[in-house]
Amino acid sequence: MRHDIIDVLSGPRRLLERDGSSAPSAAILSRDECEALVAQVKGMSRAEAFDVQMFGGYAANVRFADNQMSTAGGIGDMTLGIQSHFGPKHAVVTTNELTEASIRAAVEKSEKLARLAPDDPEAMPQLGPQKFQPVEAYFDSVANMSAEERAKVALTALEPARRAGDLTAAGFLITNVGFNAYGNSAGNFAYHRSTSANYTVTVRTKDGTGSGWAGAEHNDAQQVDFAAVSQRAIDKARLSRGPVAIEPGRYTVILEPQAVGDLCQLIGFYADARATDEGRSPFVKQGGGTKIGEKIVDERVNIYADPFDPMVRAQPWDGDGLPLGRQEFVKNGKLATLYYSRFWARQKGVAPTGAPTSFCMTGGDQSVEQMIAGTPRGVLVTRLWYLREVDPRTILYTGLTRDGTFLIENGRITKSLKNFRFNDSPLFMLNNLEAMGRPQRLAGTEAGGAVIVPPIKVRDFNFTSLSDAV
Amino acid sequence: MSSRRDFLKQGTAAAGAVAIGGALSRAQAATPLATAPPDAMDASVKELLLEALGAATLAGASFADARIGRYQQNFVFTREKQILNVVDTDSIGVGVRALVDGTWGFAASRDLTKAGVAAAAREAAAIARANRVARDRSVELAAAPAHPNATWKSAFTIDPFTIPIEEKADLLIRANTEGMKAPNVKYVFSGLFFRRMERNYANTDGSVIAQTVVQSALQQQFTAVSSDFTDFQNRGNTLPPVGRGYEWVQQANLVENSRKWGEEASEKLKAKPVDVGRYDLVLHPSHLWLTIHEAIAHPTELDRAMGYEANYAGTSFVAPPEKHLGTFRYGPDFMNIQGDRSQPGALSTIGYDDDGVQPDDFLIIKGGVVNDYQTTREQAPWLRWWYDKNGRPTRSHGCSYADNWSSVQFQRMPNVSLLPGERDLSFEDLIAQTDRGIAIVGDGSFSIDQQRYNAQFGGQLFHEIRGGKIVGMLKDVAYQIRTPEFWNSMDMIGGRRSYEVWGSFFDGKGQPGQVNAVSHGSVPARFRQVNVINTGRKA
Repeated sequence: MRHDIIDVLSGPRRLLERDGSSAPSAAILSRDECEALVAQVKGMSRAEAFDVQMFGGYAANVRFADNQMSTAGGIGDMTLGIQSHFGPKHAVVTTNELTEASIRAAVEKSEKLARLAPDDPEAMPQLGPQKFQPVEAYFDSVANMSAEERAKVALTALEPARRAGDLTAAGFLITNVGFNAYGNSAGNFAYHRSTSANYTVTVRTKDGTGSGWAGAEHNDAQQVDFAAVSQRAIDKARLSRGPVAIEPGRYTVILEPQAVGDLCQLIGFYADARATDEGRSPFVKQGGGTKIGEKIVDERVNIYADPFDPMVRAQPWDGDGLPLGRQEFVKNGKLATLYYSRFWARQKGVAPTGAPTSFCMTGGDQSVEQMIAGTPRGVLVTRLWYLREVDPRTILYTGLTRDGTFLIENGRITKSLKNFRFNDSPLFMLNNLEAMGRPQRLAGTEAGGAVIVPPIKVRDFNFTSLSDAV
Repeated sequence: MSSRRDFLKQGTAAAGAVAIGGALSRAQAATPLATAPPDAMDASVKELLLEALGAATLAGASFADARIGRYQQNFVFTREKQILNVVDTDSIGVGVRALVDGTWGFAASRDLTKAGVAAAAREAAAIARANRVARDRSVELAAAPAHPNATWKSAFTIDPFTIPIEEKADLLIRANTEGMKAPNVKYVFSGLFFRRMERNYANTDGSVIAQTVVQSALQQQFTAVSSDFTDFQNRGNTLPPVGRGYEWVQQANLVENSRKWGEEASEKLKAKPVDVGRYDLVLHPSHLWLTIHEAIAHPTELDRAMGYEANYAGTSFVAPPEKHLGTFRYGPDFMNIQGDRSQPGALSTIGYDDDGVQPDDFLIIKGGVVNDYQTTREQAPWLRWWYDKNGRPTRSHGCSYADNWSSVQFQRMPNVSLLPGERDLSFEDLIAQTDRGIAIVGDGSFSIDQQRYNAQFGGQLFHEIRGGKIVGMLKDVAYQIRTPEFWNSMDMIGGRRSYEVWGSFFDGKGQPGQVNAVSHGSVPARFRQVNVINTGRKA
């Protein structure tokens, strides 16, 4: 398999000519407008304290399938959320109407609900002004993209698929221009604006035996080579025709980044200190306590969250208005820390970490081609599908391979394979690590969020049954 | 990784969560309805809708429709004896769909002025026109009668938004407290979730329709932890989400039942790990609804079958239609699967869909054979050959749905249900006639491939059956199926009195992703020699 099929972010070729038409950025609120909204709420509030959250923007999309245009749209919306506090009582009201009357009604309703709400024994005092390091995540290349340009992106897949005659293309482009802001009555305020372009394509062969998928996402549309993504899906579809069945069982598996992200990202959802301290987590030490400091996966594995990572560019605060920094969850294979809410951190006498907004994993230097070349017999997996928890005690999940599963024999791809169901845990998998490649930003996992992971090679991955699905 | 107080995400994005289960008990299903008459459309809303349609037509649309919706949600979250949060959300806006030269465009805006809705209409038309360059086949809509002054209201008697928060919170905390009386139950999460949708629709065919929908759901999880910290077990998904109001909560006996659910979590700690092998499975409607949902309802969505979900939710093994309609045997002769949007209190139930169509009841599987697909106005003409052959009209079944004013409507599932058998058998009757098997109650982990062949299902409670009797509880049970073989292994089903309606509040599909709520009626059923695996922890 060619390297440029694997690395969707590579290559400087540009498809689109920017004509500067349309300006959906007007759909987002500026920092000044958000600060003014907080001031407006302050003028209306009779609560002892309040928080305000604001988010929204303009999302435009094009969807195509069966070699046809399907739907396309442009959606502008925003949400203003007000949380009122009376001592340990609090409640939230949101509205998307920004008239003075609507805002006042929302403020009054949140106060009424808060007064009615029972005491929250875990209520925390508000955070005063915090220092937020800005994250540059807004690019005109997305903000200025027109409907005509979005249609041209669809044509990068539709035209070659129609021309080929034996392929059908389905895909989706969505561009987002958005903002998030947080303010409270204690003077804390944060603002973040961002853009993103996310493009995914699935190409199927008309004989019903082959399917290939590719995708890319970036804050800057200039960094997404739409035509290359389309071509990658086409190449995979052709390569995956006529799959054969091999027995389920434990195999050496090379997982492309999308598959790694789907499974490994789950670790982050279990890294909650409170659940662990309460005995409800895979990171509970048998007999009590946590596994912090213990080796839980291969020593080459490092997992962290960092909104400032140039491949992430995520919102640098959590829902409490707490600044987020880099958090190291797994360091050199050892469980390094867990997520601490402000309440639980106070209970345990540690610093709160905030809820992370990204999942990142460091990698190695092997290309997927090198991993394949070094594999006498194994399976190459493009992506995974329908992952669901089977046992929370071990992060055991089930799911299936999809859109390109291949047999590797004697260092090369020899056959397309029928898809497998697996039952495995990212913790088990990362204990069986053989090799890692360069980390990449994914075009969205099932769970969503900003995910940066490398391709990896592992041994003894547990395929439990075959699927006839193509 | 969400903060306890990440309140807006909880309040507005809970719809992105995985499906939760729930049930509508027979008693609740039989509750007489005394719903107030539906409200007529507000004149100012109608004026805006017509303004949008006029603007779309002037911009070149051959067909257009507009929806102005108000969507309110209320959440109350608790754990143990404390409240986590109270959230109330309110969103209103307009979505306009325009068909220009055979190509769709859609635009949505929260600007509900005349100028705002007209601008959205023009944007929808402009997007459609821009996409003309990539069009290959023109959209054709099946004929549908106009409903110029229609109203409809779902089956609720008490609007949940009129109930004080402290009453809801008090009920949950009392339920949590009762659940924690069970041995080893250390943690209980519970939440009530209510939704009220005021859906106003008009199209250029002349329909003007106002509908009000209220839905209610309960989320609960009881966690039992062993005293030596070597195990923990959960019991959740205890009641169904329903298309009803607060009267459903009042009838649910939540406090009394929570003790039982807590004890079931505790009992799971002592359950015996299952031995892998083939077993006869007796599946309760509280479990089987999800298998129906995944392995029948989704594969018979016509857009999936035609490849429209290929890039996300997948395609279908029930494709192409011309090779399956009238010939493909899904299950035994007594298997009848109905699609409808008419069961009172069910989640997909509605008077008119988002194409302005009055839905009908239709058999998707008839006598075990594929008989129809779920359709919208755009899709029904794709099956004209089949309807002509059978002397049936080419009409939409009314499966068009958008989960918000800001979402474009597309094909979503109606209530899809396994109809009762002729014999008056109960869940207990099926167990009594099973020699070696497992009875499964409640839905748990679920996963199915992108064409809906290979699936794996867990559950909530697993009862070992020996010689027609339940002899104990098992744990770490999941079964794996290949869809057609599984349904063809069904050899007994319950009768009318064993029929229950369960469902999901959060069923995802589409790009951009949309979430709908759907119910599935089912009777208990027995399946022969199904492959059971052990999902327990490894060394």
